[in-house]
Amino acid sequence: MSAQGPIRISTEPECTRVEFTEKHVIDEVVIRQIGNELTKLVDASPRPRLVVSFTGVEHLSSAALGTLLTVMNRVRAKDGQLRLCDIAPQILQIFEITKLNKVLRIEKDLAAAKASLGGAA
Amino acid sequence: MLREQRDSIETLQADVGRALHEFGYGEACTFAVRLALEEALVNGFRHGNKGDASKSVTVRCHVDAGLMQLEVQDEGEGFNPETVPDPTAEENIEIPSGRGIMLMRAYMTSVEYVPPGNCLRITYRREEGPRA
Repeated sequence: MSAQGPIRISTEPECTRVEFTEKHVIDEVVIRQIGNELTKLVDASPRPRLVVSFTGVEHLSSAALGTLLTVMNRVRAKDGQLRLCDIAPQILQIFEITKLNKVLRIEKDLAAAKASLGGAA
Repeated sequence: MLREQRDSIETLQADVGRALHEFGYGEACTFAVRLALEEALVNGFRHGNKGDASKSVTVRCHVDAGLMQLEVQDEGEGFNPETVPDPTAEENIEIPSGRGIMLMRAYMTSVEYVPPGNCLRITYRREEGPRA
């Protein structure tokens, strides 16, 4: 496991797991940093399998949603897979209001996210 | 008046949160107001002031037992919010930007741009809560 500022990255057999280290994912500078780190992760893998866990996240801004969409597009371009999980109800509501729950694949928890990943790692 | 510095934004958020708490507003309201204020400030700094660090955003806040009202004014020329495309439309859904105003409208009772459009007035009336 490696600690890298606003996110924590763990390499697991089925996927690369990403967790947020801050409960407020709202600062644009921090969100840019998160985007850069996720982009590096995606670029480093021929076929990324990324699970982003929102455990502990209490606030999320529209800038963070934008970063997730950018990451999703990069993952998709490499025929990879992206899952979001462990999202608190008030954060899930943000995805629902913006209808991004129809674009980003959201699973209940880490186990469900891993189980939903198809194909070889 | 705020400059685009995280510390001052956090101080403002804490002050508003404290005022809401003192008047007995619940967690859902605090969450909604924090989100709306953050989006309003980012829009003011980023789009209104166009990232010019020499410019500031002025915030006026009123809280009483029945409502919370915020005015967030930037130093820009203003804009027409009707020109912002619907981010939930199929053709826009994967575009990374353009969801701030929508979120504010979803969580607040009303969101108005005061002409010429560089002052945003957002109101949360008690008991109405997140409406989306």
